[in-house]
Amino acid sequence: MDRISQMLSDYNVLSAFWMTVQLTVWGALGALVLGTIVTVMRVSPVAVFSKAAAFYTNVVLYTPLTLIAFFFAFGVYMKMRISLVPLSSPHVTHSFLMGVVALAVYHSSLVAESLRSGINTVPAGQAEAARAIGLDFGQSLREVILPQAFRGSIAPLGNTMIALCKNTTVVATIGVAESALVMKEMIEMYADLIVPIFVIMATGFVILTLPLGLVFTWWSKRAAVLR
Amino acid sequence: MVEDDRGPVVEMEHVDKYFGDLHVLNDINLVVDKGEVVVVIGPSGSGKSTLCRTINRLESIDSGTIRIAGKTLPDEGKALAELRAKVGMVFQSFNLFAHKTVLENITLGPTKVRKTPTAEAKKRGMELLERVGVANQASKYPAQLSGGQQQRVAIARALAMNPMVMLFDEPTSALDPEMVNEVLDVMVSLVKQGMTMIVVTHEMGFARKAGDRVVFMSDGQIVETNTPDKFFTDPQTARAQDFLSKILTH
Ligand SMILES: Nc1ncnc2c1ncn2[C@@H]1O[C@H](COP(=O)(O)OP(=O)(O)OP(=O)(O)O)[C@@H](O)[C@H]1O
Ligand SMILES: [Mg+2]
Repeated sequence: MDRISQMLSDYNVLSAFWMTVQLTVWGALGALVLGTIVTVMRVSPVAVFSKAAAFYTNVVLYTPLTLIAFFFAFGVYMKMRISLVPLSSPHVTHSFLMGVVALAVYHSSLVAESLRSGINTVPAGQAEAARAIGLDFGQSLREVILPQAFRGSIAPLGNTMIALCKNTTVVATIGVAESALVMKEMIEMYADLIVPIFVIMATGFVILTLPLGLVFTWWSKRAAVLR
Repeated sequence: MVEDDRGPVVEMEHVDKYFGDLHVLNDINLVVDKGEVVVVIGPSGSGKSTLCRTINRLESIDSGTIRIAGKTLPDEGKALAELRAKVGMVFQSFNLFAHKTVLENITLGPTKVRKTPTAEAKKRGMELLERVGVANQASKYPAQLSGGQQQRVAIARALAMNPMVMLFDEPTSALDPEMVNEVLDVMVSLVKQGMTMIVVTHEMGFARKAGDRVVFMSDGQIVETNTPDKFFTDPQTARAQDFLSKILTH
Protein backbone atom coordinates (compact mmCIF):
# COMPACT_ATOMS: atom_id res chain seq x y z
CA MET A 1 0.00 0.00 0.00
CA ASP A 2 2.80 2.37 0.91
CA ARG A 3 4.56 1.70 -2.38
CA ILE A 4 1.38 2.44 -4.28
CA SER A 5 0.89 5.80 -2.62
CA GLN A 6 4.59 6.45 -3.07
CA MET A 7 4.21 5.73 -6.78
CA LEU A 8 1.10 7.88 -7.09
CA SER A 9 2.94 10.79 -5.54
CA ASP A 10 5.87 10.26 -7.94
CA TYR A 11 3.65 10.14 -11.01
CA ASN A 12 0.68 12.39 -11.62
CA VAL A 13 -1.80 9.85 -12.96
CA LEU A 14 -4.67 12.34 -12.86
CA SER A 15 -2.90 14.88 -15.02
CA ALA A 16 -1.95 12.08 -17.43
CA PHE A 17 -5.62 11.19 -17.77
CA TRP A 18 -6.46 14.85 -18.15
CA MET A 19 -4.10 14.83 -21.13
CA THR A 20 -5.97 11.77 -22.48
CA VAL A 21 -9.24 13.65 -22.12
CA GLN A 22 -7.87 16.67 -23.98
CA LEU A 23 -6.50 14.50 -26.78
CA THR A 24 -9.88 12.80 -27.04
CA VAL A 25 -11.92 16.00 -27.09
CA TRP A 26 -9.78 17.90 -29.59
CA GLY A 27 -9.16 14.81 -31.68
CA ALA A 28 -12.89 14.08 -31.80
CA LEU A 29 -13.75 17.64 -32.78
CA GLY A 30 -11.16 17.60 -35.54
CA ALA A 31 -12.28 14.16 -36.75
CA LEU A 32 -15.94 15.24 -36.86
CA VAL A 33 -15.18 18.39 -38.84
CA LEU A 34 -12.76 16.68 -41.26
CA GLY A 35 -15.00 13.62 -41.59
CA THR A 36 -18.04 15.75 -42.40
CA ILE A 37 -16.13 17.69 -45.06
CA VAL A 38 -14.88 14.44 -46.59
CA THR A 39 -18.43 13.01 -46.58
CA VAL A 40 -19.88 16.08 -48.26
CA MET A 41 -17.20 15.80 -50.94
CA ARG A 42 -17.85 12.08 -51.25
CA VAL A 43 -21.55 12.49 -52.04
CA SER A 44 -21.15 15.64 -54.15
CA PRO A 45 -22.06 15.40 -57.82
CA VAL A 46 -18.61 16.71 -58.78
CA ALA A 47 -16.64 13.60 -59.76
CA VAL A 48 -13.23 15.04 -58.82
CA PHE A 49 -14.39 15.73 -55.27
CA SER A 50 -16.01 12.39 -54.73
CA LYS A 51 -13.01 10.50 -56.15
CA ALA A 52 -10.58 12.48 -54.01
CA ALA A 53 -12.70 11.88 -50.91
CA ALA A 54 -12.94 8.15 -51.59
CA PHE A 55 -9.17 8.00 -52.10
CA TYR A 56 -8.50 9.89 -48.87
CA THR A 57 -10.89 7.72 -46.86
CA ASN A 58 -9.42 4.47 -48.10
CA VAL A 59 -5.78 5.49 -47.72
CA VAL A 60 -6.31 6.78 -44.19
CA LEU A 61 -8.58 3.90 -43.19
CA TYR A 62 -6.01 1.28 -44.10
CA THR A 63 -2.95 3.04 -42.66
CA PRO A 64 -2.01 2.27 -39.04
CA LEU A 65 -2.50 5.16 -36.64
CA THR A 66 1.10 4.83 -35.45
CA LEU A 67 2.37 5.56 -38.96
CA ILE A 68 0.11 8.58 -39.24
CA ALA A 69 1.30 9.84 -35.85
CA PHE A 70 4.97 9.40 -36.84
CA PHE A 71 4.27 11.08 -40.16
CA PHE A 72 2.92 14.20 -38.49
CA ALA A 73 5.20 14.28 -35.46
CA PHE A 74 8.50 13.64 -37.21
CA GLY A 75 7.94 13.67 -40.96
CA VAL A 76 5.97 16.86 -41.32
CA TYR A 77 8.02 18.69 -38.75
CA MET A 78 11.52 17.49 -39.62
CA LYS A 79 11.23 17.32 -43.38
CA MET A 80 8.95 20.21 -44.07
CA ARG A 81 9.95 22.33 -41.14
CA ILE A 82 6.35 23.04 -40.32
CA SER A 83 5.60 23.58 -36.70
CA LEU A 84 2.20 24.82 -35.74
CA VAL A 85 3.31 26.14 -32.38
CA PRO A 86 6.26 28.21 -31.35
CA LEU A 87 8.70 25.72 -29.90
CA SER A 88 8.82 27.71 -26.72
CA SER A 89 5.07 27.72 -26.15
CA PRO A 90 4.49 26.74 -22.53
CA HIS A 91 0.94 25.46 -22.89
CA VAL A 92 0.68 23.55 -26.13
CA THR A 93 3.55 21.32 -27.11
CA HIS A 94 4.43 20.35 -30.64
CA SER A 95 3.83 16.68 -29.89
CA PHE A 96 0.43 17.36 -28.31
CA LEU A 97 -0.70 19.27 -31.37
CA MET A 98 0.64 16.68 -33.78
CA GLY A 99 -0.99 13.99 -31.67
CA VAL A 100 -4.34 15.76 -32.03
CA VAL A 101 -3.82 16.18 -35.78
CA ALA A 102 -2.92 12.51 -36.20
CA LEU A 103 -5.94 11.39 -34.16
CA ALA A 104 -8.23 13.74 -36.07
CA VAL A 105 -6.97 12.65 -39.49
CA TYR A 106 -7.05 8.94 -38.68
CA HIS A 107 -10.54 8.98 -37.16
CA SER A 108 -11.95 11.32 -39.81
CA SER A 109 -11.98 8.30 -42.13
CA LEU A 110 -14.04 6.35 -39.60
CA VAL A 111 -16.36 9.33 -39.11
CA ALA A 112 -16.75 9.60 -42.90
CA GLU A 113 -17.61 5.91 -43.17
CA SER A 114 -20.13 6.23 -40.31
CA LEU A 115 -21.79 9.24 -41.93
CA ARG A 116 -21.85 7.55 -45.31
CA SER A 117 -23.53 4.48 -43.87
CA GLY A 118 -26.01 6.90 -42.28
CA ILE A 119 -26.62 8.60 -45.62
CA ASN A 120 -27.31 5.23 -47.17
CA THR A 121 -30.12 4.72 -44.67
CA VAL A 122 -31.89 7.89 -45.92
CA PRO A 123 -34.37 6.90 -48.66
CA ALA A 124 -33.64 8.35 -52.11
CA GLY A 125 -37.10 9.95 -52.12
CA GLN A 126 -35.99 12.39 -49.41
CA ALA A 127 -33.29 13.88 -51.64
CA GLU A 128 -35.67 13.97 -54.60
CA ALA A 129 -38.33 15.78 -52.62
CA ALA A 130 -35.71 18.26 -51.44
CA ARG A 131 -34.56 18.95 -54.99
CA ALA A 132 -38.14 19.11 -56.21
CA ILE A 133 -38.97 22.07 -53.95
CA GLY A 134 -35.92 23.91 -55.28
CA LEU A 135 -33.26 23.29 -52.65
CA ASP A 136 -29.78 23.25 -54.16
CA PHE A 137 -27.21 20.54 -53.40
CA GLY A 138 -25.85 22.19 -50.27
CA GLN A 139 -29.29 23.00 -48.89
CA SER A 140 -30.60 19.48 -49.54
CA LEU A 141 -27.61 18.08 -47.71
CA ARG A 142 -27.83 20.51 -44.79
CA GLU A 143 -31.57 20.59 -44.30
CA VAL A 144 -32.70 17.13 -45.28
CA ILE A 145 -30.02 14.48 -45.82
CA LEU A 146 -27.37 15.09 -43.15
CA PRO A 147 -29.76 15.58 -40.21
CA GLN A 148 -31.36 12.22 -41.02
CA ALA A 149 -28.06 10.58 -41.90
CA PHE A 150 -26.64 11.75 -38.59
CA ARG A 151 -29.38 9.90 -36.71
CA GLY A 152 -28.48 6.69 -38.45
CA SER A 153 -24.81 7.36 -37.75
CA ILE A 154 -25.00 7.96 -34.00
CA ALA A 155 -24.26 4.37 -33.02
CA PRO A 156 -21.22 3.93 -35.34
CA LEU A 157 -20.04 7.44 -34.43
CA GLY A 158 -20.19 6.43 -30.76
CA ASN A 159 -17.99 3.42 -31.48
CA THR A 160 -15.58 5.69 -33.34
CA MET A 161 -15.38 8.08 -30.37
CA ILE A 162 -14.69 5.22 -27.95
CA ALA A 163 -12.02 3.88 -30.31
CA LEU A 164 -10.54 7.37 -30.49
CA CYS A 165 -10.37 7.65 -26.71
CA LYS A 166 -8.53 4.34 -26.47
CA ASN A 167 -6.32 5.14 -29.48
CA THR A 168 -4.98 8.25 -27.74
CA THR A 169 -2.52 5.82 -26.10
CA VAL A 170 -0.78 5.49 -29.48
CA VAL A 171 0.46 9.08 -29.31
CA ALA A 172 2.55 8.09 -26.30
CA THR A 173 4.96 6.94 -29.02
CA ILE A 174 5.49 10.53 -30.12
CA GLY A 175 6.11 11.64 -26.57
CA VAL A 176 2.79 13.08 -25.38
CA ALA A 177 2.63 12.73 -21.62
CA GLU A 178 -0.69 10.96 -21.57
CA SER A 179 -1.78 7.94 -19.57
CA ALA A 180 -0.01 5.20 -21.55
CA LEU A 181 3.32 7.02 -21.37
CA VAL A 182 2.96 7.52 -17.64
CA MET A 183 1.96 3.87 -17.29
CA LYS A 184 5.12 2.80 -19.12
CA GLU A 185 7.27 4.95 -16.85
CA MET A 186 5.55 3.65 -13.72
CA ILE A 187 6.09 0.04 -14.80
CA GLU A 188 9.77 0.76 -15.31
CA MET A 189 10.17 2.17 -11.80
CA TYR A 190 7.72 -0.05 -9.95
CA ALA A 191 7.86 -3.36 -11.82
CA ASP A 192 6.55 -5.24 -8.79
CA LEU A 193 3.33 -3.21 -8.90
CA ILE A 194 2.47 -4.22 -12.45
CA VAL A 195 -0.95 -5.58 -11.48
CA PRO A 196 -2.11 -2.55 -9.47
CA ILE A 197 -0.76 -0.26 -12.20
CA PHE A 198 -2.75 -2.13 -14.82
CA VAL A 199 -5.90 -2.03 -12.69
CA ILE A 200 -5.55 1.70 -12.05
CA MET A 201 -5.01 2.56 -15.71
CA ALA A 202 -7.68 0.21 -17.03
CA THR A 203 -10.16 1.63 -14.53
CA GLY A 204 -9.29 5.11 -15.73
CA PHE A 205 -10.14 4.18 -19.31
CA VAL A 206 -13.35 2.44 -18.30
CA ILE A 207 -14.37 5.60 -16.41
CA LEU A 208 -13.79 7.59 -19.61
CA THR A 209 -15.30 5.25 -22.20
CA LEU A 210 -18.20 3.63 -20.38
CA PRO A 211 -20.22 6.87 -20.01
CA LEU A 212 -19.41 7.67 -23.66
CA GLY A 213 -20.88 4.33 -24.69
CA LEU A 214 -23.96 4.79 -22.51
CA VAL A 215 -24.60 8.31 -23.81
CA PHE A 216 -24.32 7.26 -27.46
CA THR A 217 -26.56 4.21 -26.95
CA TRP A 218 -29.20 6.34 -25.24
CA TRP A 219 -28.91 9.02 -27.91
CA SER A 220 -29.22 6.63 -30.83
CA LYS A 221 -32.30 5.00 -29.27
CA ARG A 222 -33.88 8.40 -28.73
CA ALA A 223 -33.19 9.48 -32.32
CA ALA A 224 -34.69 6.23 -33.60
CA VAL A 225 -37.94 7.03 -31.79
CA LEU A 226 -38.05 10.52 -33.27
CA ARG A 227 -37.70 9.28 -36.82
CA MET B 1 -48.50 34.10 -58.89
CA VAL B 2 -47.85 33.12 -62.50
CA GLU B 3 -45.60 34.73 -65.09
CA ASP B 4 -48.01 35.39 -67.96
CA ASP B 5 -51.66 34.73 -68.62
CA ARG B 6 -51.78 32.47 -71.65
CA GLY B 7 -49.58 30.13 -73.56
CA PRO B 8 -47.99 26.80 -72.84
CA VAL B 9 -46.59 26.10 -69.38
CA VAL B 10 -44.85 22.86 -70.32
CA GLU B 11 -43.50 22.05 -73.78
CA MET B 12 -41.77 18.80 -74.63
CA GLU B 13 -40.33 18.48 -78.13
CA HIS B 14 -38.87 15.28 -79.54
CA VAL B 15 -37.75 14.15 -76.11
CA ASP B 16 -35.78 10.91 -75.97
CA LYS B 17 -34.40 9.13 -72.97
CA TYR B 18 -32.60 5.85 -72.55
CA PHE B 19 -31.80 3.73 -69.51
CA GLY B 20 -28.94 1.76 -71.02
CA ASP B 21 -30.47 0.04 -74.02
CA LEU B 22 -34.02 0.68 -72.89
CA HIS B 23 -35.72 3.47 -74.84
CA VAL B 24 -37.88 4.78 -71.96
CA LEU B 25 -39.06 7.95 -73.68
CA ASN B 26 -39.39 7.74 -77.43
CA ASP B 27 -39.90 11.01 -79.31
CA ILE B 28 -42.26 12.55 -76.76
CA ASN B 29 -44.12 15.68 -77.88
CA LEU B 30 -46.45 17.22 -75.36
CA VAL B 31 -47.70 20.75 -74.81
CA VAL B 32 -49.62 21.64 -71.68
CA ASP B 33 -51.36 25.01 -71.66
CA LYS B 34 -52.00 27.15 -68.66
CA GLY B 35 -54.92 25.84 -66.61
CA GLU B 36 -54.98 22.57 -68.48
CA VAL B 37 -55.19 19.21 -66.71
CA VAL B 38 -53.50 16.36 -68.53
CA VAL B 39 -53.98 12.81 -67.27
CA VAL B 40 -51.27 10.32 -68.20
CA ILE B 41 -52.31 6.69 -68.37
CA GLY B 42 -50.50 3.56 -69.46
CA PRO B 43 -49.27 0.13 -68.47
CA SER B 44 -46.57 -0.38 -65.87
CA GLY B 45 -43.13 0.37 -67.25
CA SER B 46 -44.45 2.49 -70.11
CA GLY B 47 -42.46 5.54 -68.93
CA LYS B 48 -45.11 7.63 -67.14
CA SER B 49 -43.01 8.31 -64.06
CA THR B 50 -39.95 9.03 -66.16
CA LEU B 51 -41.94 11.53 -68.23
CA CYS B 52 -42.99 13.35 -65.07
CA ARG B 53 -39.50 13.31 -63.64
CA THR B 54 -37.88 14.77 -66.74
CA ILE B 55 -40.12 17.83 -66.48
CA ASN B 56 -38.33 19.05 -63.35
CA ARG B 57 -35.15 17.28 -64.36
CA LEU B 58 -35.06 14.70 -61.62
CA GLU B 59 -34.11 12.68 -64.71
CA SER B 60 -31.97 14.13 -67.48
CA ILE B 61 -32.91 13.60 -71.14
CA ASP B 62 -30.72 12.40 -73.99
CA SER B 63 -32.16 14.56 -76.76
CA GLY B 64 -35.01 16.95 -77.45
CA THR B 65 -36.14 20.07 -75.61
CA ILE B 66 -38.21 20.73 -72.52
CA ARG B 67 -39.41 24.26 -71.80
CA ILE B 68 -41.21 25.57 -68.73
CA ALA B 69 -43.09 28.82 -69.37
CA GLY B 70 -41.05 29.25 -72.53
CA LYS B 71 -37.68 28.76 -70.84
CA THR B 72 -35.51 25.77 -71.69
CA LEU B 73 -34.72 23.62 -68.64
CA PRO B 74 -31.26 24.60 -67.34
CA ASP B 75 -28.70 21.81 -66.96
CA GLU B 76 -27.61 22.17 -63.37
CA GLY B 77 -26.97 24.57 -60.56
CA LYS B 78 -28.83 27.58 -59.24
CA ALA B 79 -30.93 28.17 -62.35
CA LEU B 80 -32.23 24.60 -62.26
CA ALA B 81 -33.05 24.83 -58.55
CA GLU B 82 -34.98 28.05 -59.20
CA LEU B 83 -36.95 26.43 -61.96
CA ARG B 84 -37.72 23.34 -59.91
CA ALA B 85 -39.18 25.59 -57.25
CA LYS B 86 -41.83 26.63 -59.78
CA VAL B 87 -42.75 23.06 -60.65
CA GLY B 88 -44.60 21.30 -57.85
CA MET B 89 -44.18 17.56 -57.55
CA VAL B 90 -46.23 15.03 -55.64
CA PHE B 91 -44.80 11.53 -55.33
CA GLN B 92 -46.51 8.19 -55.01
CA SER B 93 -44.73 7.57 -51.69
CA PHE B 94 -45.30 11.12 -50.33
CA ASN B 95 -41.62 11.66 -49.45
CA LEU B 96 -42.35 14.08 -46.62
CA PHE B 97 -39.19 15.07 -44.75
CA ALA B 98 -39.19 12.51 -41.97
CA HIS B 99 -37.28 14.59 -39.42
CA LYS B 100 -39.42 17.70 -39.75
CA THR B 101 -42.91 18.41 -38.46
CA VAL B 102 -45.78 18.80 -40.87
CA LEU B 103 -45.58 22.60 -40.70
CA GLU B 104 -41.78 22.57 -41.08
CA ASN B 105 -42.21 20.43 -44.18
CA ILE B 106 -44.30 23.22 -45.68
CA THR B 107 -42.13 26.15 -44.61
CA LEU B 108 -38.73 24.70 -45.56
CA GLY B 109 -38.98 25.60 -49.26
CA PRO B 110 -40.34 29.13 -48.82
CA THR B 111 -37.83 30.07 -46.10
CA LYS B 112 -34.73 28.54 -47.75
CA VAL B 113 -35.44 29.00 -51.45
CA ARG B 114 -37.58 32.14 -51.45
CA LYS B 115 -36.14 33.64 -48.23
CA THR B 116 -39.65 34.29 -46.94
CA PRO B 117 -39.54 35.43 -43.29
CA THR B 118 -40.35 32.51 -40.97
CA ALA B 119 -43.45 34.08 -39.43
CA GLU B 120 -44.94 34.78 -42.84
CA ALA B 121 -44.07 31.30 -44.12
CA LYS B 122 -45.73 29.75 -41.07
CA LYS B 123 -48.89 31.80 -41.51
CA ARG B 124 -49.17 30.85 -45.14
CA GLY B 125 -48.26 27.25 -44.26
CA MET B 126 -51.14 27.06 -41.83
CA GLU B 127 -53.50 28.45 -44.46
CA LEU B 128 -52.40 25.75 -46.88
CA LEU B 129 -52.79 23.03 -44.25
CA GLU B 130 -56.25 24.40 -43.54
CA ARG B 131 -57.02 24.18 -47.24
CA VAL B 132 -56.02 20.51 -47.48
CA GLY B 133 -57.73 19.74 -44.17
CA VAL B 134 -54.80 18.77 -41.93
CA ALA B 135 -54.20 22.00 -39.98
CA ASN B 136 -54.81 20.15 -36.70
CA GLN B 137 -51.78 17.92 -37.42
CA ALA B 138 -49.31 20.78 -37.95
CA SER B 139 -46.93 19.92 -35.12
CA LYS B 140 -46.86 16.16 -35.69
CA TYR B 141 -44.18 14.22 -37.55
CA PRO B 142 -45.08 12.61 -40.90
CA ALA B 143 -44.85 9.07 -39.50
CA GLN B 144 -47.69 9.91 -37.09
CA LEU B 145 -50.10 10.67 -39.95
CA SER B 146 -52.19 8.37 -42.13
CA GLY B 147 -51.18 7.96 -45.76
CA GLY B 148 -54.02 10.17 -46.96
CA GLN B 149 -53.03 12.92 -44.54
CA GLN B 150 -49.38 12.64 -45.56
CA GLN B 151 -50.24 12.97 -49.22
CA ARG B 152 -52.38 16.04 -48.53
CA VAL B 153 -49.46 17.57 -46.65
CA ALA B 154 -47.21 16.75 -49.63
CA ILE B 155 -49.63 18.64 -51.88
CA ALA B 156 -49.57 21.61 -49.51
CA ARG B 157 -45.76 21.50 -49.47
CA ALA B 158 -45.69 21.77 -53.25
CA LEU B 159 -48.32 24.53 -53.26
CA ALA B 160 -46.27 26.57 -50.78
CA MET B 161 -43.85 27.38 -53.59
CA ASN B 162 -46.64 28.87 -55.73
CA PRO B 163 -45.88 26.51 -58.61
CA MET B 164 -46.84 27.22 -62.22
CA VAL B 165 -47.60 23.57 -62.74
CA MET B 166 -48.13 20.57 -60.49
CA LEU B 167 -46.90 17.09 -61.36
CA PHE B 168 -48.61 14.13 -59.69
CA ASP B 169 -47.07 10.68 -60.06
CA GLU B 170 -49.70 8.14 -59.01
CA PRO B 171 -50.60 10.18 -55.92
CA THR B 172 -53.22 7.73 -54.68
CA SER B 173 -51.83 4.32 -55.59
CA ALA B 174 -49.97 3.83 -52.30
CA LEU B 175 -53.10 4.66 -50.29
CA ASP B 176 -55.64 2.45 -48.59
CA PRO B 177 -58.87 2.60 -50.61
CA GLU B 178 -60.76 4.61 -47.99
CA MET B 179 -58.18 7.40 -48.22
CA VAL B 180 -58.10 7.78 -51.98
CA ASN B 181 -61.02 10.17 -52.15
CA GLU B 182 -59.75 12.66 -49.58
CA VAL B 183 -56.67 13.16 -51.77
CA LEU B 184 -58.62 13.25 -55.04
CA ASP B 185 -60.97 15.84 -53.52
CA VAL B 186 -58.02 18.13 -52.80
CA MET B 187 -56.79 17.65 -56.36
CA VAL B 188 -60.21 18.43 -57.81
CA SER B 189 -60.34 21.62 -55.77
CA LEU B 190 -56.98 22.61 -57.28
CA VAL B 191 -58.35 21.99 -60.74
CA LYS B 192 -61.31 24.25 -59.94
CA GLN B 193 -58.90 27.00 -58.96
CA GLY B 194 -57.30 26.76 -62.37
CA MET B 195 -54.06 24.98 -61.51
CA THR B 196 -52.12 23.55 -64.44
CA MET B 197 -51.60 19.85 -63.74
CA ILE B 198 -50.03 16.72 -65.17
CA VAL B 199 -51.41 13.70 -63.36
CA VAL B 200 -50.28 10.12 -63.74
CA THR B 201 -53.19 8.09 -62.43
CA HIS B 202 -55.47 5.20 -63.18
CA GLU B 203 -58.34 6.82 -61.30
CA MET B 204 -60.84 7.02 -64.10
CA GLY B 205 -63.34 8.95 -62.05
CA PHE B 206 -60.80 11.73 -61.56
CA ALA B 207 -59.74 11.67 -65.21
CA ARG B 208 -63.34 12.05 -66.39
CA LYS B 209 -64.34 14.64 -63.82
CA ALA B 210 -61.24 16.84 -63.85
CA GLY B 211 -59.13 15.97 -66.87
CA ASP B 212 -59.08 18.03 -70.04
CA ARG B 213 -57.06 15.48 -71.92
CA VAL B 214 -55.89 11.91 -71.54
CA VAL B 215 -52.46 10.96 -72.82
CA PHE B 216 -52.00 7.22 -73.23
CA MET B 217 -48.43 5.91 -73.08
CA SER B 218 -47.06 2.56 -74.08
CA ASP B 219 -43.43 1.46 -74.46
CA GLY B 220 -42.12 4.98 -74.01
CA GLN B 221 -44.35 6.51 -76.66
CA ILE B 222 -47.45 8.66 -76.54
CA VAL B 223 -49.76 6.38 -78.44
CA GLU B 224 -53.05 8.21 -78.13
CA THR B 225 -54.32 11.60 -76.98
CA ASN B 226 -57.99 12.31 -76.50
CA THR B 227 -60.64 13.82 -74.25
CA PRO B 228 -61.31 11.60 -71.23
CA ASP B 229 -64.82 10.67 -72.36
CA LYS B 230 -63.75 9.67 -75.86
CA PHE B 231 -60.67 7.86 -74.58
CA PHE B 232 -62.55 5.70 -72.11
CA THR B 233 -65.60 4.97 -74.29
CA ASP B 234 -64.00 4.79 -77.71
CA PRO B 235 -60.24 4.21 -77.64
CA GLN B 236 -58.71 4.48 -81.11
CA THR B 237 -55.61 2.33 -80.91
CA ALA B 238 -55.37 -1.41 -80.32
CA ARG B 239 -52.93 -0.89 -77.45
CA ALA B 240 -55.29 1.47 -75.63
CA GLN B 241 -58.23 -0.90 -76.20
CA ASP B 242 -56.20 -3.77 -74.83
CA PHE B 243 -55.08 -1.75 -71.80
CA LEU B 244 -58.58 -0.50 -71.00
CA SER B 245 -60.08 -3.96 -71.34
CA LYS B 246 -57.62 -5.08 -68.66
CA ILE B 247 -58.29 -2.32 -66.16
CA LEU B 248 -62.04 -2.19 -66.77
CA THR B 249 -62.71 -5.86 -66.16
CA HIS B 250 -62.32 -5.44 -62.38
N1 LIG C 1 -33.24 4.52 -62.78
C1 LIG C 1 -33.55 3.60 -63.69
N2 LIG C 1 -32.60 2.81 -64.25
C2 LIG C 1 -32.91 1.88 -65.16
N3 LIG C 1 -34.14 1.65 -65.61
C3 LIG C 1 -35.14 2.38 -65.10
C4 LIG C 1 -34.91 3.39 -64.12
N4 LIG C 1 -36.09 3.97 -63.79
C5 LIG C 1 -37.01 3.34 -64.55
N5 LIG C 1 -36.46 2.40 -65.34
C6 LIG C 1 -37.15 1.56 -66.31
O1 LIG C 1 -37.75 2.41 -67.24
C7 LIG C 1 -39.03 1.94 -67.63
C8 LIG C 1 -40.06 3.01 -67.40
O2 LIG C 1 -40.17 3.25 -66.01
P1 LIG C 1 -41.24 4.22 -65.39
O3 LIG C 1 -41.05 4.17 -63.92
O4 LIG C 1 -41.19 5.53 -66.05
O5 LIG C 1 -42.60 3.49 -65.78
P2 LIG C 1 -44.07 3.79 -65.29
O6 LIG C 1 -44.89 3.93 -66.51
O7 LIG C 1 -44.08 4.90 -64.32
O8 LIG C 1 -44.46 2.43 -64.57
P3 LIG C 1 -45.34 2.20 -63.25
O9 LIG C 1 -46.77 2.21 -63.67
O10 LIG C 1 -44.91 0.81 -62.82
O11 LIG C 1 -44.99 3.24 -62.27
C9 LIG C 1 -39.28 0.68 -66.81
O12 LIG C 1 -38.98 -0.44 -67.64
C10 LIG C 1 -38.29 0.76 -65.68
O13 LIG C 1 -37.87 -0.51 -65.29
MG1 LIG D 1 -44.47 5.05 -62.26
